[in-house]
Formats: sequence, C-alpha cells, structure tokens
Amino acid sequence: MSRQLVIKSHQGENSKCRDSVRLGVVRETPGGADPPRGEDPAAGRTPSAELAGRSRDRDVWVRRGFAVAGMVSLVAMAFIILFLFKEGLGLFKDHSVKDFLLGQYWYPTDEDNPAFGIWPLIAGSVVVTGLSSLIAVPLGVGTALYLSEVASHRMREWFKPVVELLAGLPSVVLGFIGMVVIAPFMQEVLDIPTGLNLLNASVMLALMAVPTIASISEDALAMVPRDQREASLALGATRWETLMRVLLPGALSGIGTAVILGMSRAMGETMVVLMVAGGAAQVPGSLFDSVRPMPATIAAEMGETPFGSDHYHALFAIGIVLFLLTLGFNLLSAWLAARFQQRGTSAL
Amino acid sequence: MVNKEPKIIQVNGLDFYYGDFQALHQINLEIKRHQVTALIGPSGCGKSTFLRLLNRMNELIAGTRVEGRVRFEGQDLYSPEVDPVEVRRRVGMVFQKPNPFPKSIYQNVAYGPRLHGMRDRAGLDRLVERSLRSAAIWDEVKDILHQPAMELSGGQQQRLCIARAVAMEPEVLLMDEPTSALDPIATSRIEELLKELKQRYTVVIVTHNMQQAARVSDETAFFYMGRLIEMGPTEQLFTKPAQEQTEHYITGRFG
Repeated sequence: MSRQLVIKSHQGENSKCRDSVRLGVVRETPGGADPPRGEDPAAGRTPSAELAGRSRDRDVWVRRGFAVAGMVSLVAMAFIILFLFKEGLGLFKDHSVKDFLLGQYWYPTDEDNPAFGIWPLIAGSVVVTGLSSLIAVPLGVGTALYLSEVASHRMREWFKPVVELLAGLPSVVLGFIGMVVIAPFMQEVLDIPTGLNLLNASVMLALMAVPTIASISEDALAMVPRDQREASLALGATRWETLMRVLLPGALSGIGTAVILGMSRAMGETMVVLMVAGGAAQVPGSLFDSVRPMPATIAAEMGETPFGSDHYHALFAIGIVLFLLTLGFNLLSAWLAARFQQRGTSAL
Repeated sequence: MVNKEPKIIQVNGLDFYYGDFQALHQINLEIKRHQVTALIGPSGCGKSTFLRLLNRMNELIAGTRVEGRVRFEGQDLYSPEVDPVEVRRRVGMVFQKPNPFPKSIYQNVAYGPRLHGMRDRAGLDRLVERSLRSAAIWDEVKDILHQPAMELSGGQQQRLCIARAVAMEPEVLLMDEPTSALDPIATSRIEELLKELKQRYTVVIVTHNMQQAARVSDETAFFYMGRLIEMGPTEQLFTKPAQEQTEHYITGRFG
C-alpha cells in the first residue's frame, strides 16, 4: 500500500523517477503485492488505487487552495498598481513630468492657472522622513542595545512588550498628542508662529518608528549566536569590543532592515503628518516651517477633487511617486539583507 | 617560562554556585606546567563548570558565585583588582562546538591580536601563519586565507579555533570537549596536535571520552557530583585507581 501511495504521488513526474521509487520500495517489502510481479495484480491493486486516489485528490486541492490564496494578493496588487498608473498618468497629457516633479508651485485649485508642481511636497516628505530617522535610528538602535546588552533579565521581560505595544499605538492618537500637547508647547517655549511644523511632525514620526526599529534590531542582536559572543570574550575582548566587532556586524543586516522599514513607514505615514506638519506646500527653510508631505496632500485633497480633473490625476500621480519611493526602500532593504548575509564577507 | 614553579594553577577549597544550586564542592587541585590535564566524569559532574572557572567565563552567567581560591601563577584570579579580560587573554579557550566568527580565516586568527592593539601588517601576517601552523591547518588554508571561515569543514573549523586561541599566545589553553562534535579522523588530528601544543602551553581538556583522556593526558582528574574524587598521573588513575568510584566509572559501570 505504501508503495502505491508513493508511486501515485509521483505521477506526472518523469517515469524514470517513478521506477526508481518503486524499485527502492520493493526491496524493502519483498513480500508485498507488486503489480508487475504479483500473482494477482488486480486484487492487489484495487484497494490501494482507491486510497492513493483519495490522497492525491486532497493533495491537489490543498495545493490549489494555497495557490489561490497566494494569487489573490498578487492579483490585487497588480490591479492596484494598474489603477494607480492609469489614473496618475492621465495628468501627463497636459503637463510634463519635469514640471510635475520639479515645479515649485502646488496651486491645484487655482481657477485661472492651476499649478501642479510637487517639488515642495517631495521636499516635505523627504525632509520629514530624514529628520525623523535622525531622531529614531539612534534611539531605536540604542534601545535595542540596552535591551540586549545592559538590561537585566527581569527588566527586559516587561520592557520589550511595552516597547512593542507602543508600535501598536494608532497614529491618530500620536497626531492628536502632537496637536494638543507638543504644538502649543513649542509655540510658547520657542516663540514661533505655529507649533504645527516640520520638527513636530518629525518627532511624532520618530516616536512611531522607534518601537519598530528597536524591536527588529533587538531580534537581530539576539540572533547572533551565543557561542560567537563567548568566543570573542574568551579571546580577551571587553563587552564593548564584542558588541562592536561581533554583535553589531552580525546583526547589521537585521538592523539595516529595521531602519529602512522604519523609514518607509515614516514616508508613507499619513495621519500624523496631516495633523501636525502644518500643511503649507513649501520647501522648508527651517525646522519650524510648516510642510505638506505627499501622503498628507492626497488625504487632505482627495475628498474635494472632481473626478477626472487634472487635480484628481495629479493626486494619483503623487501616489505613483510615493509608491516608487517606498518600493525603492523595500528593494534597498532586501539588497542590504542579502549583501550582509554572505557569511564571511560581512567583516567590518 | 621564567617561573620555574611546576604548578601553574592551584585551586584551594573552591565552591561554586548557580543561584542556590551548589555545582562544585571544595575542589582542591593543582595543574602542572606544560602538561595535558584531562578532566573526566559523567555529564553534569561539574567538569565543564570547573574549566570555565579557570578563565572566569562563568561570571557571564547571571547569579553565579565563587568561594575559595584559584591561583594562577601565584595570583588569586578572583581578587577584586584582577581584570577578567586580562585573565582571558592569558588563559585561552576552545569550545565544544567549533565557533569561528563569520569572517575570513585570516580575520578569525587576527581577531585577538588586533583587539590588543597589533596593527603592523607584516607582523600580523607572520603571527597568523605561525598560529595556523601550530594548529596544523596552515597547509590546508594557506591559499584561501581570505575566504569565509564558515566554509571550512567542522574539523578544520575547530583547528582554526585552536589557531585563533593560540594567536593570543596564552599560557594556558582550556579545551571544553573540543572533539565531541567531530568525526574520528578530525579527532585524531586534534589529539596529535595536543602533544605538540603542550610543548609551549599548559593544556586542560574536558572530555567525555575516557580513551581520549588516556591517550592524550599526563594527569587526569575524575569529577563526580560536583566533587573532585581523584586526581593523579593518567596511567596510574586508569590502571590502579585509588577510589572505588573512579574504578566503577572507568570500567563503565556507570556514567
């Protein structure tokens, strides 16, 4: 019976393989009914064939089920991208790509002469993301190092879940805090016209990214084998030297991935920047200027845009830009992971 | 080598605790210079714990406590002014499972010397070659020094780890079951190597394998249930053990 199962499950593959499987099994069960050699092949085959058939059917259905599940997300993704490009590219019938990307003015609702230059929006997004990473990366990696190297076991046990809980905080809550706590505070202490600005948004985005960066980095540090840490210490390295020369290089791809995931989250994050970035479509000249990052622009304007208008197409075109930037981040993180996982070349 | 005292390590009244559990009871023993000392005994008898006390590796585990004295070249290893980092530089260690760094072969051997400030390229090259030669692996790796150490076989990796320890020019080399993860051929290469290493270093080796202890060591210490039952010249311990427990263990009646 087991022989038949094996043979059936190999159906569809080449016959050589089937033969070799059969031969192998025949040797193990010399007494078993073997169709080519058995006295009564029909009697031996019927029950096993039934069994084999059922199991093969189930196998096929399970495989099809998984394939469908996989395809759904793939197809959905493909349609979303298709739709995004179809709607977005409509803008470029009347406006050039260069004017769109590098244009200084975003006046989409001007009745006489609307302008669709998103350079200020790109600048807003990039500067907010960069600044928030400047804040979040040292804090996040520092938290990870504290958790993995300094904190006592008991400390780590409750600290890490709390950090991870922070990652689950709805962004609208953070935005709200930025609006009603940080903004008035900044306005008063720094004596500036508005607290809803680049710095506020960056701090809030950084708070969102820290838990992600800390948690993934800590996992990456914990993945460095304990025996490598011991090897380094046994050679007379201090804990600090072990950290710098063994743990960090070993965890580098994981930490890089964490940082990029954090950044791509900050880049695509909408609610926080909509609430606290101020919303002025200008290239920021100082930390306290208002900015209007791309996601905030789309969220704020989509509701009031006539379907099929240039403005409508422009918002989709912003979506394309955002999509390409995020895709770039993901490719970069995949490349980083592959680059530094090549064991032996990851020496720093 | 200037010091002619034949005993390099002296242990007196040593107790060791993991939290509330006492793993070692009143250990007294001496380790002689330029000899191979084997520590044998059944699993959990404390022999690895004892070995790791000799270069202060146990204190990396939280909640451990040491009482009694371990003197290395006459100096108490556990006195407050002793720096564990310096201890580990002078007392090297090879682990049970080969644990090279995911770096090149060269970088593995140069790791320790570089830590201690050695920057001179030519000097490092010479030291790496000398260390790999003394670990009997130079001929196999001399053309692939800059390839990843992880691509070597298990036996080669373990010899690389010996080279890495030797590059620090330690006075004592601790080995924690260094061949238990290796095949018989790789094992016999390392056993041969031990005979050469003891010309220059003092070797303390933990082993599960009594034949190995008999083949490679000059002195053998038998541990059982956290106590040192008997210690003496290897031949004597294996042919005329003084204690009944030792005899039972080496004849295979338990363990």
